[in-house]
Amino acid sequence: MTSADLTLILPEIILSLFAMGMLLVAVYTTKDALASTLVWLTSGLMIVLGAWIAVHGAGTNVAFGGMLIEDSFARFAKVTILFSAAAVLVMSENYMKQRDLLRFEYPLLVALAAVGMMVMVSAGDLMALYMGLELQSLALYVVASLRRDSVKSTEAGLKYFVLGALSSGLLLYGASLVYGYSGTTLFSGIIETAQHGEVSLGLLFGLVFLIAGMAFKVSAVPFHMWTPDVYEGAPTPVTAFFATAPKVAAMGLFARVLHDAFGNAVSDWSQIVALLSVCSMFLGAVAAIGQTNIKRLMAFSSIAHMGYALMGLAAGTVLGVQAMLVYMAIYVTMNVGTFAFILMMERDGQPVTDIRALNMYSKKEPGKALAMLVLLFSLAGVPPMLGFFGKFYVLRAAYEGGLAWLAVAGVVASVIGAYYYLRIVFFMYFGDESEEGLDAGGSPVLSGFLLASAAIMILGIANMFGVEAAAAAAAATLVN
Amino acid sequence: MDNLLSIVTFIPALAALILLVFLRGDDEDANRNAKWVAMFATSATFLVSLFILAGFDPQDTGMQFVEEREWLLGLQYKMGVDGISVLFVMLTTFMMPLVIAASWDVKLRVKEYMIAFLLLETLMLGVFMALDLVLFYLFFEAGLIPMFLIIGIWGGANRIYASFKFFLYTFLGSVLMLVAMVGMFADAGTTDIEALLRHEFAFADFSVLGIQVVGGMQTLMFLAFFASFAVKMPMWPVHTWLPDAHVQAPTAGSVVLAAILLKLGGYGFIRFSLPMFPVAAEIWSPMILWLSAIAIVYTSLVALVQEDMKKLIAYSSVAHMGFVTMGIFAANQQGVDGAIFQMISHGFISGALFLCVGVIYDRMHTREIDAYGGLVNRMPAYAMIFMLFTMANVGLPGTSGFVGEFLTLMAVFQVNTWVAVVATTGVIFSAAYALWLYRRVVMGDLIKESLKSITDMSPRERWIFAPLVAMTLLLGVYPALVLDVTGPSVAALVSNYDTALAAAEAASQLASN
Repeated sequence: MTSADLTLILPEIILSLFAMGMLLVAVYTTKDALASTLVWLTSGLMIVLGAWIAVHGAGTNVAFGGMLIEDSFARFAKVTILFSAAAVLVMSENYMKQRDLLRFEYPLLVALAAVGMMVMVSAGDLMALYMGLELQSLALYVVASLRRDSVKSTEAGLKYFVLGALSSGLLLYGASLVYGYSGTTLFSGIIETAQHGEVSLGLLFGLVFLIAGMAFKVSAVPFHMWTPDVYEGAPTPVTAFFATAPKVAAMGLFARVLHDAFGNAVSDWSQIVALLSVCSMFLGAVAAIGQTNIKRLMAFSSIAHMGYALMGLAAGTVLGVQAMLVYMAIYVTMNVGTFAFILMMERDGQPVTDIRALNMYSKKEPGKALAMLVLLFSLAGVPPMLGFFGKFYVLRAAYEGGLAWLAVAGVVASVIGAYYYLRIVFFMYFGDESEEGLDAGGSPVLSGFLLASAAIMILGIANMFGVEAAAAAAAATLVN
Repeated sequence: MDNLLSIVTFIPALAALILLVFLRGDDEDANRNAKWVAMFATSATFLVSLFILAGFDPQDTGMQFVEEREWLLGLQYKMGVDGISVLFVMLTTFMMPLVIAASWDVKLRVKEYMIAFLLLETLMLGVFMALDLVLFYLFFEAGLIPMFLIIGIWGGANRIYASFKFFLYTFLGSVLMLVAMVGMFADAGTTDIEALLRHEFAFADFSVLGIQVVGGMQTLMFLAFFASFAVKMPMWPVHTWLPDAHVQAPTAGSVVLAAILLKLGGYGFIRFSLPMFPVAAEIWSPMILWLSAIAIVYTSLVALVQEDMKKLIAYSSVAHMGFVTMGIFAANQQGVDGAIFQMISHGFISGALFLCVGVIYDRMHTREIDAYGGLVNRMPAYAMIFMLFTMANVGLPGTSGFVGEFLTLMAVFQVNTWVAVVATTGVIFSAAYALWLYRRVVMGDLIKESLKSITDMSPRERWIFAPLVAMTLLLGVYPALVLDVTGPSVAALVSNYDTALAAAEAASQLASN
C-alpha cells in the first residue's frame, strides 16, 4: 500500500472524492439549485481527467498487488468512458431542467458510476471486478428511476435492479467457482492455472457463469430482456447514458476477463462469445423492425451493435480486441449524436418518442435531418460513414480468427438491420406533409453534439483521428 | 497534375458541399442558383476529365495517372485508370451535364436534388477509378444512399416501395462481396487491386459441411462477387428491382441508373471476377452464359407485354445487359471488347430513351403507352429522335447498338454456339418490342383529344439530345474510337486469363499424376 499504488488510481480517487464532497456540499446548502453547476463541474472534471489519462499515462502498471491494472487498454476504455459520460451529462442538463428532473444527485451518481466503470476496465482481480461492477450498477439503478412520479421510470429502475442483481449473482457464483478451482482471484493467477494442461471442468463452469453475468451487462442475447424496457422507461438522457459509457465499460471488462484470466482457453470461450454475437445481431435486427418508439428501437439497435463488438471479441486475437475497441469508440460517438437528436424530438414542448412524428422533418430542419441521415446510415454500416469501418474491422477480425461463418451472418444481419434505420430516413424525407410534425428549433448544445457526431462520421474516414493506433496499442497490451 | 483523377472525382462533391453550406432559401432564385452550380460543376468535371482522355496512352496496359496515399488499417487511397475503366469515367462525366440539363424543370427541393446528383457523380467516378478493394467498395456502396433518396423523394406514386426494394436488394448483394473482400485481404495481405490481380487465389477443391466445393476458395469468392455484380447488373433472375426502381425514379434518376449505375456491375465483372478468379470464372461461365441467354430472350418477351413505357425500356435494359455478361464470360478479345462497347453504347442509347419518355411524360404526366398515339403529327422532331434511338436500341447497323451486340454474339459463338443461337433470337424480339412501342406511341393518326395541343421539343430538349445522337452515330460508324482504347488492356486481360487457366490446368494435372 504505497503511494505509487495510490498515484496510479489518482483519477478514480479524485472523481470519487469530488462526488462525495459535492454530495455533502449540496445537501448542506441549496440542494437542487446547485444541480446545473454540478453538471458542468462534473463533466468538466471528467474531461480533464480523461485528457490527463490520455496524455499522461504510459506503460503497464500494476497497483495493490495486481488488483488493478493500469495499461493502455484500460486507458483507452477510461478515456472513452469519461468523454462519453461527460458528453451525455452536458446533453441532459437542459432537458432535465425543463422537466424538473434535474436533481443534484444526478451528476454525482453519474460520476460514481464512472468511477465504477473505471475500476471495471482496469480490474486485475475478481474482487476488484465485482467492486467496480456493483458501484456502477447501483448508481445506474438509481438514475434509471430518477423520475419518481412516473410508473414507467420506476418500473425501469426496479426491473433493472432485479435482473441486475440476478446477473450479479450469476457472476459471483462463477467467480466463486473460478476461485475454488484455481485457488486465486487474481487474473494473473487464474491464467496460470489454465496454462497447465486442460481447463478443468469446474473452471469452465465458472467461466460460463462469468460470461453470462457480463453478457447481461452488455445486453447480449439471451440476456437482453431488460434492455428495451429500461431504455424506454428511463428518462431519455439516462437512456443516452446507458447506451454509451456503461456499454464500453462492460465490453472492456468482458475483454479484460476473457484475455487476462482465460487467455489460454480461447477455444473454450470463443464459441460461446460467437453464439452470443450471432444471436444479438439477428435479434437486434429483427426485433427492431416492429418498433415505433425510437427509444425501444435504439435499445434493439444497441443489442445488435453489441453483437458486432462481440464478434471482434470472439475472434480471440489482437486484431479482434482492436476491432472491438474501435467499434465501441465509433458506436459511442454515433449514439451520442443520435440521442442528442432524440432529446430534441419535441412537440409543443413535450418529448415525443414515436418515430412517425418525424414526418417530413427534413423540410423543417434540413440541417439536423441531414446530420441524422448520416448517423443512421452510419449505424446501418453503409459506407462511406465511419460505422462501415467499424463493421469492416470486426468482420476482418472474425474472418482472420477463423470465424468466416460469423462474418457472413453479421453482414446478413446488417442488411436486415438496415431496414429500420431506413424507415426513420423514410419518415424524415419521404413522408407527406399532412400530419403535424415536431417542433423546429432545439437547444444549440444538442444541435452541436448532433452535428459534431455526424461530422466525425464523415471526416473520420480520413484517419479516424488516431483512434486506430491507440486501439492497436491497447489491444497489444491486453493480448499476449 | 499528379492528382488529376482525384480532382475529377471530387469536383462534384465540392460543388455539393458548396450548395449545402452556402445556398440558403427555397425561392425561385435559390433554385436557379442550385441548378447553375450543378450545371457548372458537372460541365467542369467533364472538361477536366478530357485531360484524362488526352493524356491517356492506350498502348500502356497498366494503370495510368496513379495516385497513392496511406489510409486506415493498411488500406490505401489509390486511384488510377486503364483502358478498361477510362471510358466509363468519360461516359459518366459526359452524361452528368445532360442529366442536370434534363432536370431543369424540377420544382421540388431543387437544392437537395442537385446535391444528391452531384454526390452520386463523385461516387460513380470513384468506383471506376478506385484501385483499392475497400475504396472500391466504399464508392460502390455509398452510391446507394443518394439513389435511395432520389427515388424516394422525387419518384413516382409507388416510390417508397421501389426505394426500399432498390436499397435492400442491392445492399444484400454487396455485403457478401464485403466478406469475400475481407477474405482476399486476409489471403493476399493487401487490398491493392493491382497486386491482387497478380495474386493467385487458391483453387484446390475442399469441402464445407460435406459439400464439395469445386474450385475451392476461388469459387466461394467468385460467387460472393457474383452475388453483388449480378444484382447490380442486373442479371436474370435477380433483375426484379430494376423495373420498379426505373418506373418510380424521376427521369434524370432513370437516366443515371440506366446509363451509368448498371455499368458498375459489368465493370466489376471485368475488373474482379474474370482476372482475379479465373479458375472459378471458367467453371461458372457456362451457367452465366445460359443465364445471359435466358435474360435476353425472357426479358425481351416480358418487354413485349408492358403497358408502361419506362418499364418496357427497363426490361430492354436487362436484355441488353445480358449481351454484356455474355460477352464478358465468353472471355475472349471480342467478347470483353464487345461487352465494354455495349455498355458504353447502352449508356447513350438507354439514357436517351429514358429522356425520350421524360419529354412526353413532362407534357402528359403519364407513361401509359395507350395514352399516346400519333405523336408524329404534332412532334416531328421528337418522332425523328425517338426513331433514331429505337433503331439504335434494336441494334441497327450504323448505330452503336449494332457493334456491341455483333461483337458479343461473335465472341460467344466461338465458345458456345447454342447460347449464341438463343441470344440471337433475342435480337429479333428486341426489334419486335421496340418497333411496336414506336408504332403505338408515335405513328398513326392523332385521335386522342388530350394530345391535340401537345408541343414539340423545346430548344433545351433538343440540345440535350444532340450530343447523344452524335455519339450514337459516331460510334456506330467508327467503333475504333472505343475499341482502340480498350483493345490493348483487354488483350492483356484475356492473355493473363488464359495463362492463369493453363497454369491451373498444369497444376491439377501434376496433382493427379
